[in-house]
Amino acid sequence: MEKLYLLVPLAPLFGAIVAGLFCRVLPRCLAHSVAIAGVGIAFVASIFIYRDVAAGNTFDGSVYQWLSSGDYVFQVGFLIDPLSVTMMLVVSFVSLMVHIYTIGYMRDDPGYNRFFSYISLFTFSMLMLVMSNNFMQLFFGWEAVGLVSYLLIGFWYTRPTAIFANLKAFLANRVGDFGFILGIGLVLAHFGTLDYQPVFDEARGLADATFNLIPGCDSTAVSLLTTTCILLFVGAMGKSAQVPLHVWLPDSMEGPTPISALIHAATMVTAGIFMVARMSPLFELSDAALSLVIVIGSITALFMGFLGMIQNDIKRVVAYSTLSQLGYMTVALGASAYSVAIFHLMTHAFFKALLFLAAGSVIIGMHHDQDIRNMGGLRKYMPWTWATCLVGSLALIGTPFFSGFYSKDSIIEAVKLSSVAGSGFAYFSVMAGVFVTAFYSFRMYFLVFHGEERFGRHHAQTHGDEEHHGLAPGQKPRETPWVVTVPLVLLAIPSVFIGYLTIEPMLFGDFFGKAIFVDAGAHPVMAELARDFHGAAAMATHALISPVFWLAAAGVFAAWFCYLGQPDVPAAIKAACGPLHTLLENKYYFDRFNECVIAGGARLLGRGLWKGGDAGIIDGLIVGGSVRIVGWTALLMRLLQSGHIYSYAFMMILGLCALLTLTRWLLPSV
Amino acid sequence: MSGLPILSLAIWVPVFSGLAVLLFTGPDRNAPAARGLALAGALAGLLVTLPLYAGFDTATPAMQFVEFMPWIRRFHINYHLGVDGISMLFVILNSFITVIVVLAGWQVIESKVAQYNACFLIMSGLLNGIFAALDGMLFYVFFEASLIPLYLIIGVWGGPRRVYAAFKFFLFTLLGSLLLLLSLIYLYLAVDGGSFAILDWHQLPLSLAEQKWIFLAFLAAFAVKVPMWPVHTWLPDAHVEAPTGGSIVLAAIALKLGAYGFVRFSLPIAPDASYAFSGLIIGLSLIAVVYIGFVALVQEDMKKLVAYSSIAHMGFVTLGFFLFSPLGVEGALVQMISHGFVAGAMFYCIGVMYDRVHSRQIADYGGVVNTMPKFAAFFLLFAMANAGLPATSGFVGEFMVIMASVQFNLCVAFAAALTMILGAAYTLWMYKRVVFGAVGNPRVAGLTDITAREFLVLALLAAAALGIGLYPQPLTDVMHSSVDELLRHISVSKIQ
Repeated sequence: MEKLYLLVPLAPLFGAIVAGLFCRVLPRCLAHSVAIAGVGIAFVASIFIYRDVAAGNTFDGSVYQWLSSGDYVFQVGFLIDPLSVTMMLVVSFVSLMVHIYTIGYMRDDPGYNRFFSYISLFTFSMLMLVMSNNFMQLFFGWEAVGLVSYLLIGFWYTRPTAIFANLKAFLANRVGDFGFILGIGLVLAHFGTLDYQPVFDEARGLADATFNLIPGCDSTAVSLLTTTCILLFVGAMGKSAQVPLHVWLPDSMEGPTPISALIHAATMVTAGIFMVARMSPLFELSDAALSLVIVIGSITALFMGFLGMIQNDIKRVVAYSTLSQLGYMTVALGASAYSVAIFHLMTHAFFKALLFLAAGSVIIGMHHDQDIRNMGGLRKYMPWTWATCLVGSLALIGTPFFSGFYSKDSIIEAVKLSSVAGSGFAYFSVMAGVFVTAFYSFRMYFLVFHGEERFGRHHAQTHGDEEHHGLAPGQKPRETPWVVTVPLVLLAIPSVFIGYLTIEPMLFGDFFGKAIFVDAGAHPVMAELARDFHGAAAMATHALISPVFWLAAAGVFAAWFCYLGQPDVPAAIKAACGPLHTLLENKYYFDRFNECVIAGGARLLGRGLWKGGDAGIIDGLIVGGSVRIVGWTALLMRLLQSGHIYSYAFMMILGLCALLTLTRWLLPSV
Repeated sequence: MSGLPILSLAIWVPVFSGLAVLLFTGPDRNAPAARGLALAGALAGLLVTLPLYAGFDTATPAMQFVEFMPWIRRFHINYHLGVDGISMLFVILNSFITVIVVLAGWQVIESKVAQYNACFLIMSGLLNGIFAALDGMLFYVFFEASLIPLYLIIGVWGGPRRVYAAFKFFLFTLLGSLLLLLSLIYLYLAVDGGSFAILDWHQLPLSLAEQKWIFLAFLAAFAVKVPMWPVHTWLPDAHVEAPTGGSIVLAAIALKLGAYGFVRFSLPIAPDASYAFSGLIIGLSLIAVVYIGFVALVQEDMKKLVAYSSIAHMGFVTLGFFLFSPLGVEGALVQMISHGFVAGAMFYCIGVMYDRVHSRQIADYGGVVNTMPKFAAFFLLFAMANAGLPATSGFVGEFMVIMASVQFNLCVAFAAALTMILGAAYTLWMYKRVVFGAVGNPRVAGLTDITAREFLVLALLAAAALGIGLYPQPLTDVMHSSVDELLRHISVSKIQ
């Protein structure tokens, strides 16, 4: 079994290396075969490992010793338990689908082999992240997925927007990692190891521990675990795009659509959620940290949803939806419902990957026009895309019996039962979010697939960028080839059923076992949820009379009314709430703030220190000053060396007199 | 262990190869022979140092491969060589970098080829001498002598403002070197009967006042070399004017001399003063990390940018030393080795572009990836290593020092960890403007991708950067005993 563990990350790595090193010489079919085989092997091996874990066998061991220093030992190793194997299955399955889809989507791209190399490398990194048994390797995977995300957002490196977006993504993530590594440092400093198990075992003993921010100054004492958890969570905020570090995710849509599905929806952005769930033994001991988590999550869930309502780029709608759903997962974490967060992570991975890939299929059909205002009526022309996209949207808004229903409804119930500070606000946010989600999802759905056919009109106006051409007048969209539609169908199946099938073992059974720790005394949310649960079917039928369902239905109806029923309504609303619309249009001015204040300020500071500090004070005043003093002194001395004998004679007489006076004065006895 | 004087070979093989290369001075037709001989000399120099690692006993902190011969009896000055787990690594690093430098200048340097290569070989031997010397005066001789070839390299093969750069460097170093000499003589006199043996000085009891003066004198000498803020401004100018090979050696080895001086002299000779002044050094180190990080962000010249980033990275080294923990000191040492490869590679990458475009200005580039994809891949690897990405060597040292500084003080760690953001910002912003984008101008459009020779150089450096990043254990294994001994030694007060 241990060899199988190694095979899971190494098979995609092998594919990445082969496709990457030989990307110039390898024929395309060979490159994608190697890459797909690698990920396929990882998926199959994950299934075997899953069965082994389900039988009760977990593993925690090291592969090799990375570094030792002083008393510290850093290992590269695996922790195979229900939590990691769930992630392994999700990651390898979605990755496999995306690999297949890519054959169709990237067919005409000159960087075909390079693209396969990157996504296989991503799969390797992500698997290393989820399989890690220690913080150090977690950080490795964490940064490595960030690197691949950087490479893939900037995949079309000649586009100015793409290379701006990838730099922005990397830096925003680095801000998160800055907190993350300090959190890891605190763990090492106070637990003496970075391996999960000993840290989790000892956490309870340090629940009330404090330390001084400034050594020796007791008034700066803070709680150790709260500080650690908050710093770790800052890392999660970067990777999982929580406000205010969310700014990179919408821009990451500059990358090719398959990676938006894989990295920026299904897997990488959920790493933060996974991490907090993995750290549940630490977070459970700090209510303050949980409050922060739930508040940040609910802000993200609601306010990012609002932005999704006014986007016109099909990928950006889905991107804001992802942000909002990540907020839901974070809220679940804050409510101590870690297993619910992981459950939503899993269902979301399927239906959001599906929605992104469907959006990609629409984009192919529309000849790379992404503006939903130029679409409409695509249902006729792209039946498979239409059907699967509808399934994905229904799952996303939480229609009973669909997978998204089970996970989202559980989150809402958990928040309702939670008593952690901030849970009241969170409950309001997630409830309002239901309406918002339904509205923007079906706004997009109606605009793309129903109504009048608006394509083919704006062909002449679209800008000269050859990547965004759109359909010519009279040209009709066509359904995409099977390599694109088959992954859609394969993702649609779990989007419908996986929630119904797995809610009972995952949330209320003993599936996660010791992998997730909940302090049932302090945070009895899961126990109370279990008491109200009477089977998956009953939960769905019961929901039909709950306000959640009616909120979602209202959202769908509102979308229908605004965009199919009375198409002039949106413009009227826009005119009526001008300032509000401007605020949303500018995404709450986060980007403007970051560009002007943070980036501009950093450049200004750098220039000030450079010109003022280095060139002005150090070089100008100190170095230049000493040079000048030497020069002036030399100038004065030169005046004495006049070359005239009479002045030298005069000087000698003067000197003699001075010496005599001095002798007389110093030695009066002579 | 064989009876061969390995350290002497490590010093004199390159020096004599360099002198032999000088025989081929003269017309251009001699150039191929000069290059070939230089490469053979550099490779031989590297080969003779390999037994240092292979035959190294990791269990003992004592000096190994010791050689001893009286030199000037009147003043008890001896030709005394030996390495421990710290200095040994730098001897090997230096010999490796020499091979890189000879290869890097292969088709690029066309005037005075023999003299150019001879300069580097002689400098390589002298630098090995610095790391191997166990006699204070011998150290001083090597320390000062190694500057001469570097002056020549900048002065003869340098850019238009080379005189200004050399002058500035001279001004900065002069005061420090004199103070260093003074404290060496003071220490000689302080030992009963007089001794220049560095290991004797380690055991020498000194009052706190004496230690403080000695520490400050050493600081003046070493801080300029590191370079620490605020005596760093010579470095960007020197880099900008130096030819590519000069920049590589300057960044990879010359900057390590100052930091090595702290480990060999300041800390063990003046431990109480080191503790007393640790706040000052940590403060200066953090200024180097943060202040210099911001300055690097706005540089318009690529070489200046990487030079400033070197200062910030060396700030991590001095920070690590003065945390007085195994993790901090070993992290600092790993950072020094890693910086040797990564900064060397960054300067080489800039050199590769400079050879083609004859500009170092970021604004003169844009879209290099379109015409030089292989080069862009290597450059990205080194840029990421410079930004401290895990799995590259740049991460290991930063990680260890940040971990050690959290143990020391979270506020210090907070400032140090800012390098995670700043390092990525200045490196990747430069990378974006230079490499990504559409082809920026006709000169970029006319670029040709790297040659086999350039590929070889980059591949060697990449292997080193990745190897250390993925498996740093062998590197730290050899330093454990020496670092433990160093820390044990400085934890005992010398005041009597």
